[in-house]
Amino acid sequence: MSFYNFFYYIGRYFILMRRVVSKPDDSKQYFANVSREIVVIGYNSISIVAIISFFMGAVLTLQTAYNMTNPLYPDYLIGLGTRDSIFLEFSSTIVGLILAGKVGSNIASEIGTMRVTQQIDALEIMGVNSANFLILPKITAAICTFPVLCIVSMIVGISGGWAAGELSGEVPTSQFVYGIQYMFIPYYILYSLIKITVFGVIITSISSYFGYFTDGGALEVGRSSTKAVVNSTLVILIFNLILTSVLL
Amino acid sequence: MIEVQHISKSFKDVKVLDDICAIFQEGKVNFTIGKSGSGKTVLLKSIVGLHEIDEGKILFHNRDFTHMDLKQRKEIRKEIGMVFQGGALFDSATLEENVMFPLKMFSSMTYDECRERANFCLQRVQVINKNHLYPAEISGGMQKRVAIARAIALNPKYLFCDEPNSGLDPITSIVIDNLIKEIILEFNITAVINTHDMNSVMEIADNIIFINQGKKWWQGNKEEIWRTDNAELNDLIFASELTKKLKKFYI
Repeated sequence: MSFYNFFYYIGRYFILMRRVVSKPDDSKQYFANVSREIVVIGYNSISIVAIISFFMGAVLTLQTAYNMTNPLYPDYLIGLGTRDSIFLEFSSTIVGLILAGKVGSNIASEIGTMRVTQQIDALEIMGVNSANFLILPKITAAICTFPVLCIVSMIVGISGGWAAGELSGEVPTSQFVYGIQYMFIPYYILYSLIKITVFGVIITSISSYFGYFTDGGALEVGRSSTKAVVNSTLVILIFNLILTSVLL
Repeated sequence: MIEVQHISKSFKDVKVLDDICAIFQEGKVNFTIGKSGSGKTVLLKSIVGLHEIDEGKILFHNRDFTHMDLKQRKEIRKEIGMVFQGGALFDSATLEENVMFPLKMFSSMTYDECRERANFCLQRVQVINKNHLYPAEISGGMQKRVAIARAIALNPKYLFCDEPNSGLDPITSIVIDNLIKEIILEFNITAVINTHDMNSVMEIADNIIFINQGKKWWQGNKEEIWRTDNAELNDLIFASELTKKLKKFYI
């Protein structure tokens, strides 16, 4: 991609976003669409987020325990390490990357299919702002549901860590619970929620962008879907760095 | 009446429409015909504003569509119905919801009134007792009919159809043609139809525009088309041996 193309795509993204953030043509229809997207984007992602979080929490506990074999380290540090890893990075960034794969590809292929089957043209002909109609509900739904998914991930991740510690005998429950309470900084949760909200906007807007500008047939829909996931992932990683340096 | 004045459109270095002037008559079935790649679809999409033209003007009843802002265009678009090549029905909505969609968005009707109107439109295109089905559950011909129902739901002044018969068997094509003709007469709609199907042209056309290599080569009616001496148009219309024999017989 040439330097010129890079600015062309960035410019086109912001022009699209300007159309997206205008007032919806019909507020009733808009809220109906947001409700539908909350189910598709948020509710349908709970199980995958919970499963991955449980096992990642378990692995984090076992790895932390493995690295703390020194008898001078108290056991509760395992709980503390697991908590901080989950709260600071896993529940926001890793869950964000997982959702970029699941939600991002879904959005890009849905909108891309609508583009190649001329459903978007049909909306435009009716006088509907198609960008606003299709994309804004998805962004709104992500802003509403991603923080909830982040909290679910935190709770389930900690539970997975506790279960692994208890079942393997690496850390007793009392020590683990003491560890997750020790020097707890509530701001970490806010930091994580801010990050995942930003990632939600990134995932839905970038995926919608690639879907919206799909040009061609079924093969292009697949390519758009891949581009959406790859680019969302890259932008998430960049913003993770920026947000971490700004917020912490 | 729709008037296009000297419109041109290029994609990168390829000139797809070159200085086209045409008048689409009010309340009539206007056909644009031409070979694949001649620029018919680009012309149709340019008229409705899906492509921005490089030069020229498009007038809807003397209202200059080309220089309108988005808000003004939106008002004109409420007067437009369009039937796309593949139907372009919304996959995630039932047939009834598809037809109700423009009504819910742009009319002040209550939900029950929208439903009543949608049912009327579906019955008008002979789609009966299938309201609850999804587009994927019906045939291509029926999808086209539902697309026509959706296009006429808001009582449009202008109806645009992009190859309404593509992919349909001859009998279903005739059904669609007759349906379009009836609806146009019934609701006094100005129709612009793109097609390759010469049966449709001979059946229902009032005004025919022949586009070739991005230019308007010929304009006339279905009687005149039999006697035209335009070589390219003759090649298109009377491409097969059968149609050549038919022409000789007719003349």
